[in-house]
Amino acid sequence: MNPKRSNLAEKTQITEARLDALREEAARSGKVQAPGIVPVSSPFPQPASASYNGHPALKPPTWTWQVPLYFFVGGVAGTSAVIALLAHVTGNAELARASLWVAFAGALVAPPLLIADLGRPARFLNMLRVFKLQSAMSVGAWTLVAFSSAIGLAVICRELILAGYGNGFVLLLEWIAEVFGAATGLILASYTSVLLGVSAIPVWSENRTLLPAIFLAGGLGSAAALLELLGFRLPATQFIGLVASAVETLAAIIIEVRGRYVDRPLREGGVGWLTRAGSLLAGPVSLLLRIFWAHSPGARTVAALCFITGALIARYAWIAAGRVSSRDPQALFQIQRPDGHASATR
Amino acid sequence: MAISAFLTDTTVCIGCKACEVACKEWNHIPADGFTFTGNSYDNTGSLGASTWRHVMFLEQPTALGPQTTGTEDPFRWLFLSDVCKHCENAGCLEACPTGAIVRTEVGSVYVQPDVCNGCGYCVVSCPFGVVDKNHEVGTAFKCTFCYDRQKEGLMPACAKACPTQSIQFGEINDLRERAQLRIEELQRRGYNDAQIYDPKESSVGGAHAMFVILGQPEAYNFPPAPEVPTVHLKSAWNAALISAAIVFLVVCLAFAF
Repeated sequence: MNPKRSNLAEKTQITEARLDALREEAARSGKVQAPGIVPVSSPFPQPASASYNGHPALKPPTWTWQVPLYFFVGGVAGTSAVIALLAHVTGNAELARASLWVAFAGALVAPPLLIADLGRPARFLNMLRVFKLQSAMSVGAWTLVAFSSAIGLAVICRELILAGYGNGFVLLLEWIAEVFGAATGLILASYTSVLLGVSAIPVWSENRTLLPAIFLAGGLGSAAALLELLGFRLPATQFIGLVASAVETLAAIIIEVRGRYVDRPLREGGVGWLTRAGSLLAGPVSLLLRIFWAHSPGARTVAALCFITGALIARYAWIAAGRVSSRDPQALFQIQRPDGHASATR
Repeated sequence: MAISAFLTDTTVCIGCKACEVACKEWNHIPADGFTFTGNSYDNTGSLGASTWRHVMFLEQPTALGPQTTGTEDPFRWLFLSDVCKHCENAGCLEACPTGAIVRTEVGSVYVQPDVCNGCGYCVVSCPFGVVDKNHEVGTAFKCTFCYDRQKEGLMPACAKACPTQSIQFGEINDLRERAQLRIEELQRRGYNDAQIYDPKESSVGGAHAMFVILGQPEAYNFPPAPEVPTVHLKSAWNAALISAAIVFLVVCLAFAF
């Protein structure tokens, strides 16, 4: 006899008599009343909350590294145009010129970044086939065109005036271009937050009212910081830097204190720490440097560098958080039925 | 042309995947590769750029209607062929900045492959996680509702290949009625947790692909109360405009000193 089999028979206590009894029972009643076999390691673990095997219920963003960088560049360029306008109005011609050039540089860099992210870059002009108010991406594409044109015109006018070719018409044209550039600049710097907020990704959509403040503050603070790095250490840039860092600090506190489940990607894991690092640099670190070492040029430079780095990190962290959020079906289900009531079924 | 729809019924699906195969063959969709997920008989995972019909396999510790299993614990094995919902208010269509995604005359949502430039905004705008970007081709793909076949008066390939009529194809109001009758019959036969999944009451405004399911929609990864993301346009843009106004004020203040 096979020693393995006899071992098995002992374990399960099956005897020839038991097999006979089973056959008789089956023949008599048509079925066998037995507990059946209890599988090893049963009962099998069941998922704590309902989902399809924990599979993602949404698709993660497909955007590449160019997109968060574009968010940053668009934010800096757009808010620079606002600084340029106000500097021009208050008679600071040098600052106006520098911030116009910052805005113009951003307007030159932004489109290639967006085009590089497209799956079919050669079809980038298809963005301008239609204009759809309900699509933040469409509004953004048209805004970028309008902004770039306005800032390009403003820069040309400004340089013409400086080169001595200025007349009444060029002066008027510059003013119009600057006002238009500042207005479209504010849209350019903020539409990216609407783009994320109006999406199916829970962590973005549930932060849709906070995101514009974060993105605009990040853009404005970085624009001021960049101008400081270019040598414009003015009370105005200091004031803007202080406000922007204060907003960044406040937004980070709101996210931490609210402690919502949907915000978990912003607080937990590698992406959570990336988010915190960005908030810390652009928020408290740069804020404290500006408050306590306001008169030290070195500290101002460090604060500016910290803010720019923090704001840039934050753009990457928000996209990465969206990726994490899309993978968690519970984040989606929880915001849809906090009270356990469903409306999609009948 | 009449507005057409799918009605996919869990209770008669046998998990044969004929719909998946028919869809792949008719539409020339690339292979997904060989992976072993360990999740029942499902080695596809979810809908995507190269999977437009996806058969789910659900193993649940629940009795199947009035049936008993002969084991101590109740058990049921459910199958459901998932597909693009072809929403009445479609997140992908609203988001598309190129106009590549359109509503066809049969009521379906169609991605024009020659117009899409692969911006990826539809991918994050679909409340059901259906449409995805094919990274080799560079553009977005999802179920076309066999638009080419429907134009010729043929039913979609998946519905035609289905051996149990689990996938029914027809005029949308007919199918809504048929779904209601089916639920009533299932309830009568003791399938008390049978329900129709068709987000009519939410901002999605109903689907052109409805489902008869057993149990809660979450188990099928169906969002219980899906919203088309554009319902948040107003609050998001309001927040943006207020923030932008504050930015303008801050810059004004900065230069006032």
